[in-house]
Amino acid sequence: MELSGSEILIQFLKDEGVEHIFGYPGGAVLHIYDAIQKQDAVQHILVRHEQGATHAADGYARATGKPGVCLVTSGPGATNAVTGIATAYLDSIPLVVITGQVPSHAIGCDAFQEVDAVGITRACVKHNFLVKDLNKLADTLKKAFYVATTGRPGPVVVDIPKDITAPHIKIPYHYPEKIKLRSYNPNFKGHPRQIKRAVELLLQAKRPIIYTGGGIILDNASAELRTFVRKLGYPITQTLMGLGAFPGTDPLFIGMLGMHGTYEANMAMHECDVLICIGARFDDRITGVTSKFCPYAQVIHIDIDPASISKTINADIPIVGGARQVLTEMNKLLDKTELKVNQNALDAWWKTINSWQSQNSFAYTQSKDLIQPQAAVEELYKVTKGDAYITSDVGQHQMFAAQFYPFDEPRRWINSGGLGTMGFGLPAAMGVKLAFPDKDVACVTGEGSIQMCIQELSTCLQYDLPIKIINLNNRYLGMVRQWQEFFYEKRYSHVYMDSLPDFVKLAEAYGHVGIQVDQPDDLHDAMVEAFKLKDRTVFLDIITDQEANVYPMISSGKAHNEMDLSPLQQKVQASLKAKGELV
Amino acid sequence: MRHIISLLVENESGALSRISGLFSARGYNIESLTVATTEDQTLSRMTIITTGSDRIIEQISKQLNKLIDVVKLQDFTEGNFIEREMMFVKVRAEGESQRAEVKRLSDIFRARIIDVTDTTFCIELTGSGDKLNAYIRAMHDNNIIEVVRSGSMGILRGDKALTL
Repeated sequence: MELSGSEILIQFLKDEGVEHIFGYPGGAVLHIYDAIQKQDAVQHILVRHEQGATHAADGYARATGKPGVCLVTSGPGATNAVTGIATAYLDSIPLVVITGQVPSHAIGCDAFQEVDAVGITRACVKHNFLVKDLNKLADTLKKAFYVATTGRPGPVVVDIPKDITAPHIKIPYHYPEKIKLRSYNPNFKGHPRQIKRAVELLLQAKRPIIYTGGGIILDNASAELRTFVRKLGYPITQTLMGLGAFPGTDPLFIGMLGMHGTYEANMAMHECDVLICIGARFDDRITGVTSKFCPYAQVIHIDIDPASISKTINADIPIVGGARQVLTEMNKLLDKTELKVNQNALDAWWKTINSWQSQNSFAYTQSKDLIQPQAAVEELYKVTKGDAYITSDVGQHQMFAAQFYPFDEPRRWINSGGLGTMGFGLPAAMGVKLAFPDKDVACVTGEGSIQMCIQELSTCLQYDLPIKIINLNNRYLGMVRQWQEFFYEKRYSHVYMDSLPDFVKLAEAYGHVGIQVDQPDDLHDAMVEAFKLKDRTVFLDIITDQEANVYPMISSGKAHNEMDLSPLQQKVQASLKAKGELV
Repeated sequence: MRHIISLLVENESGALSRISGLFSARGYNIESLTVATTEDQTLSRMTIITTGSDRIIEQISKQLNKLIDVVKLQDFTEGNFIEREMMFVKVRAEGESQRAEVKRLSDIFRARIIDVTDTTFCIELTGSGDKLNAYIRAMHDNNIIEVVRSGSMGILRGDKALTL
């Protein structure tokens, strides 16, 4: 079969099993778009901004586990994609981003719409390629998919000069079934002796805790994790990226940890004597100040990326391996071993944890005339029966969603944890809805974040992607305002979003349904209405309490046991302490 | 502590900038970096001299290893290795006594004079970084016109080797 570069690209995507690509045309990719037009195996979704393309592909990848694919033009097409590439990089999401490039002979001449895409993206990709030879195009694409999806996943950029895709130059094409890279052999298997040592240490623990992250979800290790946790009966906490891997409603789950985690999860981290970390990376939002992190703990760290081990927190037992394989081995060892869980110690440990749980650290004050943002998320949970795919943007609403929407399944909670990219939620929701058209998909956002990629409402209409936008509208950049309240004596600098658009009219202008609600009593009906309109995108603009804060909070320089509690929770704590009910 | 890390990398455009970019992006020190192709045209051999605590050096090795273009890597510091650097020095050499002195000094260091004019010598010297430093110190500052150093390169002693 003799094909042009453009045809090879499309045929390759087909052979690789790619069903959707998200993109935006331009000069350098015109040949490719002509090839797209002539086929229907690979569906192209035309976004309204290249950032939207990367986030939509990212959302698709997170929800499905398959790589997300984008196609953008050279120059501004490539630079607009950078934020989305970096977002995927920080959360280890498999993306393949194809960027057009000016023709080979023009590279380096400051040609129209020329940027050094490989150079610009180098710091935020797992790897990138510039295709210089048409004969290497198929192999390079195969390498890109292989690198993006194996080991610790990540985004890969393939920069293709326009002449490589020219329609009149045709070469034989064979789909490369397999590719080998001599310099890239991701190690999937944990060392058996280390795994045995880890299991022995775990069974000696008196105050154990299991701390897991996005690596469980990326490696599809949720079932193995559930078996592991239930065999031991140990408390488990999950990072923002790990939510859903273990059911959020299971009593063994003691909540998210870190800066806005539960009181009990952070206290248990501080007091534990054995910490097993699986597929998480001791991010600064998790550890607080590292010098005071888990002062009594021996640390077991399982990660597929050797560079994540002992990077910020020293691991006593490091295990380089995939979460699923290592957990499977550990489960086998737990079945075989004659060592037993120290049940007395574990009972005492759970008693302590239960006392911390009585703090109910997410509790907030309901109000009659103001909708609390937490209440809005709780309502969302009720109406969707906890079964929706939830994407979020970045800020207070993201934390409220993580705190008040317990996820029982992996890949349901889709947010930009590492880079913290505002504007992520709406395009990500499009990607999810495309993958799961029969599921409820909601984007929990705020009036700040939503405006960063709001143009994608147009894409939702064009491709019939009826998502629900849950806009927690507090007329402030809430998280920044919260920090200015706490640490800058309420000097609210540039956080007030005045001259906001009328979101209802805006939604209608884009051909969707807009609903605004500002009374607590109307919230339930509005939420029900939004989800009843199955085939419509609904923008639910919820006017919330302006100065609600996210609690608990670990301020910078503080340890896990030095959380700031809300005024309400401080009172609860005082009374619990007075009664001697809080350890 | 000072470490000498030797790498085999894919001989591809961009490999060097990936490696140097890693050092700048993560704030690691880089004292010197040398690179050239090997007998296998698809591979380049690189020697990096860096400094840092044990934790940082461990991270440097791991992060370098993560780069797709890095085929193999070894930190020589713990082992038995040879380290050499090459230097060209152009010095003023005017008049009988100054020319004789420069020549004498170069003999002591086993340096070679490789180019001569009426007023200058160009000297080639190979050795450890310390030896090169000592030569520069011994040569009066105001005599030196320019110094060109290659940066260090290293190889393991004995039958051990960093190969595929």
